[in-house]
Amino acid sequence: MKNVIEIKGVNKLFLTDKKQEVKALKNINLDIKDQEFVCILGPSGSGKSTLLRLMEGLIDPTTGSINVMGSPLTKPIPEAGFVFQEYSLMPWRNIIDNVSFGLELREYSRKDRYKIAEDILTRFGLKEFTKSFPYELSGGMKQRAAIARAMATSPKILYMDEPFGALDAYTRFQMQKDLIEFWLEEKRTIVFVTHSVEEAVFLGTRVIIMSPRPGEIIADYNIGLSYPRDRWNKEFGKKFQTIMDIMNDIS
Amino acid sequence: MSKVKRYISPVILPIFFLILWQFFSVKLNNPIVLPSVTEVLVILARPNSSLLSLGSLIRNTLISILRVGIGYILAILLAIPLGMLIGYSRRIEEFLMPFLNLFRPIAPLAWVPLVLAWFGVASLASIFNIEQGGLYSLFNNIKISMLFIIFIGAFFPILTNTIYGVKSVKKTLIDSALTMGARKKDIFIKVLLPASLPSVITGFRVGLGVAWMCLVSAEMLPGSLAGIGYLITHAYTVARTDIVIAGMISISFVGGLFDLMFQKIEVKFFKWQSMDK
Ligand SMILES: Nc1ncnc2c1ncn2[C@@H]1O[C@H](COP(=O)(O)OP(=O)(O)OP(=O)(O)O)[C@@H](O)[C@H]1O
Ligand SMILES: [Mg+2]
Repeated sequence: MKNVIEIKGVNKLFLTDKKQEVKALKNINLDIKDQEFVCILGPSGSGKSTLLRLMEGLIDPTTGSINVMGSPLTKPIPEAGFVFQEYSLMPWRNIIDNVSFGLELREYSRKDRYKIAEDILTRFGLKEFTKSFPYELSGGMKQRAAIARAMATSPKILYMDEPFGALDAYTRFQMQKDLIEFWLEEKRTIVFVTHSVEEAVFLGTRVIIMSPRPGEIIADYNIGLSYPRDRWNKEFGKKFQTIMDIMNDIS
Repeated sequence: MSKVKRYISPVILPIFFLILWQFFSVKLNNPIVLPSVTEVLVILARPNSSLLSLGSLIRNTLISILRVGIGYILAILLAIPLGMLIGYSRRIEEFLMPFLNLFRPIAPLAWVPLVLAWFGVASLASIFNIEQGGLYSLFNNIKISMLFIIFIGAFFPILTNTIYGVKSVKKTLIDSALTMGARKKDIFIKVLLPASLPSVITGFRVGLGVAWMCLVSAEMLPGSLAGIGYLITHAYTVARTDIVIAGMISISFVGGLFDLMFQKIEVKFFKWQSMDK
């Protein structure tokens, strides 16, 4: 299958407010194929968010090139959706208006965008909260709404930056299962950042491992287990151990 | 019991104050220095009757509100777009702020001589070329010089609060809008404006308060023939201290009303802000 994302020789330097250079990413080369579920794994500060923001087109690489769906990236493209690590719902909009924001920008009529948003919210178990405001929702519900919002425009590529990082174990497991189900049904490309080895092995077709700063790709590992996966399976345990060993070596 | 207390405690001091005032006025027995409470109340009780042939308390108050309203709206129209641009772009901020900051410390009243030299007694009537009729007497009452003073008073609080509001919008909100396909225009109208609105409304509230305080100085300008400020200064020249105080009470009353209005708006529309921390 063809590559939807091609990253060649990307370096990223940040200039801090005190004019100091921070080398966030070093010589990143990465191709991602259509319908892959890629997990990016790495310690804090290894540039995972930076890499994701580069792929989304929110920031530009210092050197190197990024092609998404065949063309060089200059700004966020409509075919990609993004779920942020931080809380990002608009607090002044209720849930349905948050979820249908992308459709509003695409000039769907109110009726059409509400219909689409309602369907998604129902699917995410938020049907009763369409008219609620973000502050009336629990953390897990807010995150579900943020994911629903990213999916509302049916993006071909979905970038997710530690979307379940702040959730309790139970909600986290539930949402991991839901995400896999969605991905199996809809066949999208997902790039998923996490710092949990277990989560990466549970979700990804492929796991990319980053080194501490400056972030470099130090391993690119195919999981090759079928879905849905079972955490208590012996094969799962082996993959987990292999990746855990790599992680231990770098830190 | 506690409910009764809640209603009583805010009025204890005002009542005490009134009693003291009445006591001293009777004791002094000099209405020019201190008229009695009752003398002032008599004027306030008949807000519709003409005072010193300058028109009634209500008429003068309405004219003042109109003047403040116009100067204030002009300030809003300029301060909001400017504040949003400054808050959004570091470059625009570095270009404009040093210049604007030169004017910020200048009290509105300090502008009076210049403003008089520039605009004299020109009014809205002279701008719109209206020379007679009911509209003339209304528009002629609204001098450019007054609008300028009021504008200056309201402009900076609104500007500062708008800048602050835009600057404190979380970067993630802008980024997430961008990922959903927002263009520059959408960012301003659908993200920065609503996100900074609570702070902008605070600016509106402070700005209107300051504009209202500039009123008396604005209405002391020559060419003024009506308005609460004019009523006060004119009553002073003819030693009618009772009217002066009645005018001051009207100013306080209207100012309080403005503030209450914004308080209600803040509570009603911006619940999300206090809840969303
Ligand atoms: N806008 C910025 N300005 C300056 N430095 C930045 C900026 N964004 C990121 N950095 C730096 O780049 C490095 C990588 O940051 P990044 O957020 O990508 O890490 P991360 O892997 O996502 O970490 P975490 O797991 O904690 O989210 C960090 O050292 C960070 O301080
Ligand atoms: Mg991160």
